[in-house]
Amino acid sequence: MSQHHQQPVPVTQECTLLEAVNLALHYEMHHDESVVVLGEDVGTNGGVFRATSGLKETFGFKRVMDTPLAEALIAGLSVGMASQGLKPVAEIQFMGFIFPAFEHLFCHAGRMRNRTRGRMTCPMVLRAPYGGGIHAPEHHSESTEALIAHTPGIRVVIPSSPARAYGLLLAAIRDPDPVVFLEPKRIYRGTKLNILNDGQALPLDTCFTLRTGTDVTLISWGACIADTLEAADALSEKGISAEVIDVATIKPLDIRTMIVSVASTGRCVIVHEAARSFAVGAEIAAQISEKCFLNLLAPVQRVTGFDTHMPYFKNEQYYLPNSKDIVAAVDRCFKEA
Amino acid sequence: MKAITQAPIEAQGHQPLMAFSLEKIQFLDTDGNWLCERPSFASDQWLVQAYKHMVLNRVFDSKAIALQRTGQMGTYPSSLGQEAFGTAIGMALQKDDVFVPYYRDHGAHLLRGHKMSDLLLYWGGDERGSASGPQQDFPICVPIATQITHAAGAAAALKIKGQDQIALVTIGDGGTSKGDFFESLNVAGAWQLPLVVVVNNNQYAISVPREIQCGAPTLAQKAIGAGIHGVQVDGNDVVAVYQAILEARQRAHLHKGATLIEAMTYRLGDHTTADDASRYRSNEEVKQAWLNEPIKRLQTALHQLNLWSAEQEQAWQQQCGEQVDQAVQTYLNIKPDSAESMFDYLYQDWPEVMNEQLDLLADKLARQQHK
Repeated sequence: MSQHHQQPVPVTQECTLLEAVNLALHYEMHHDESVVVLGEDVGTNGGVFRATSGLKETFGFKRVMDTPLAEALIAGLSVGMASQGLKPVAEIQFMGFIFPAFEHLFCHAGRMRNRTRGRMTCPMVLRAPYGGGIHAPEHHSESTEALIAHTPGIRVVIPSSPARAYGLLLAAIRDPDPVVFLEPKRIYRGTKLNILNDGQALPLDTCFTLRTGTDVTLISWGACIADTLEAADALSEKGISAEVIDVATIKPLDIRTMIVSVASTGRCVIVHEAARSFAVGAEIAAQISEKCFLNLLAPVQRVTGFDTHMPYFKNEQYYLPNSKDIVAAVDRCFKEA
Repeated sequence: MKAITQAPIEAQGHQPLMAFSLEKIQFLDTDGNWLCERPSFASDQWLVQAYKHMVLNRVFDSKAIALQRTGQMGTYPSSLGQEAFGTAIGMALQKDDVFVPYYRDHGAHLLRGHKMSDLLLYWGGDERGSASGPQQDFPICVPIATQITHAAGAAAALKIKGQDQIALVTIGDGGTSKGDFFESLNVAGAWQLPLVVVVNNNQYAISVPREIQCGAPTLAQKAIGAGIHGVQVDGNDVVAVYQAILEARQRAHLHKGATLIEAMTYRLGDHTTADDASRYRSNEEVKQAWLNEPIKRLQTALHQLNLWSAEQEQAWQQQCGEQVDQAVQTYLNIKPDSAESMFDYLYQDWPEVMNEQLDLLADKLARQQHK
């Protein structure tokens, strides 16, 4: 552990969300020698999406490990490494393959601190590209964040822009508890935005209000943020002022920010790609009804995927929410008022 | 059924590719006779220490079962008959090694410095029982075989950090059927990890006997497919188990990678206090197994070496009883933790959004007090 890498000077770079992930990994590995990266194809290949590109060349195979093809192992290795003073950042190649790892998240990573009364902790990050919209094969397009969010002791974080990918991933790696970091691959290579590579983390457990408004609160995360912002533009042309909240940390949920907003607008539409029932949107709607029912001018609306399997890609556009669906849901809020 | 009309296919074109062999380690036979020369570590003092700890382990075990039977503790997995296994591991581990246990390792835990009362506390349903022990050691692991991937991760961490210690993990024979077992042996071979996997092959996974668990004649041979060293030992011979671990440590230090040790034992008790082994195995079988048990055999060897007398036996039994009774008193005097303690240590920093759930619990407690 005695290598000293030349520290990069903070510069502003134009980045996609994917490049922002890569930038954050480089930054943190430069500044913290306990950070290691592991997963399938993360080394020489730089990851199938290239999120870990260049890491092995810079930091060596000891800190950037190509694992055998075994997802339970990847999660279990991370638990073992994290317990011994390393900060593993593991990649699950697609969220559709996260299920063998789930036992280690639920039975070990999430409860290590609690069950040992703080003797042993598990500061690991499990990254996975998630969601549909890139015409991927079967099992490559699911959004099952609710399954993980239901796990005590785990954080679930989802960025929706290059800047938030950079800042939230840094925060996730520095967090002393396990974080599942889900990267919306539909917007991996969309917009390029300027990022100052200065190692500044963004806060976890906090929503980001991306646009302020007075008539309706639109709540979303991940790739659907793009559709939601598009819908907000369309609504503005119709004279409806929409507030847009990016949840960003799914668990623990910053419900306060959402309640304050909904209490003032009186209307709420929740947008997510995941299946409709028992999803994070259902949790947010339940808490809104508990905490600001009397401020509501209309029933909470949801724009979501269906309780079906994610269809093969020829039909995925019928499953995924889009801006027109969101505008229609807002229209319902006004009709039913 | 259709008749087979084709001529049988003859084996053709074969040539030798590789041959594998396996070894077994044993020093003491079931009657306490030395099968070969005493290894140098097994001094008089060492043998007596091992014996005394095995006896302590057994006394602890029977007291723990009694506590469960009298409603003073929860479900407990007895280590009866497997005292050589836990004792050899506990004695072979060095202070800074990483021990990754399963749930039947009471003997090893005591040697790792866990307070006896904390072990009772764990099985008595209190998280504080997992708080003691060496900082780097893992807590007891209940989900079968998952611990072996953690041990592989811990071994990888040792290697990355350039440390000389080993990670030692225990697992039952049933656990060797799980994917986590294979995945971990595989990565241990691929990455040449300083990992020692010790299988307590006590012949039963609850009710399922070893021969139904797996079609291979040994579990040690699972190492071959992973490209690591495998060896079988008589798990009722504390000297043999210790020797196997010494060799495994040396292999790890020489950067020759991981070792799988299959220790042949027999679970003389039920799987846990919630199990009734008479449903699936005969008294005759258990009676035969008692002839093989580890304590009697070592006691005989000690007698033959004039290292142990009936008076010493009586005194030690009494001392063990007193030590265990004291731990039981300590355990019984520990008041249950507060209801709010379930919220402790959930995350390093308390998520403010959960305050509401603390309030719900406070209301619930108030209702319970006013019933």
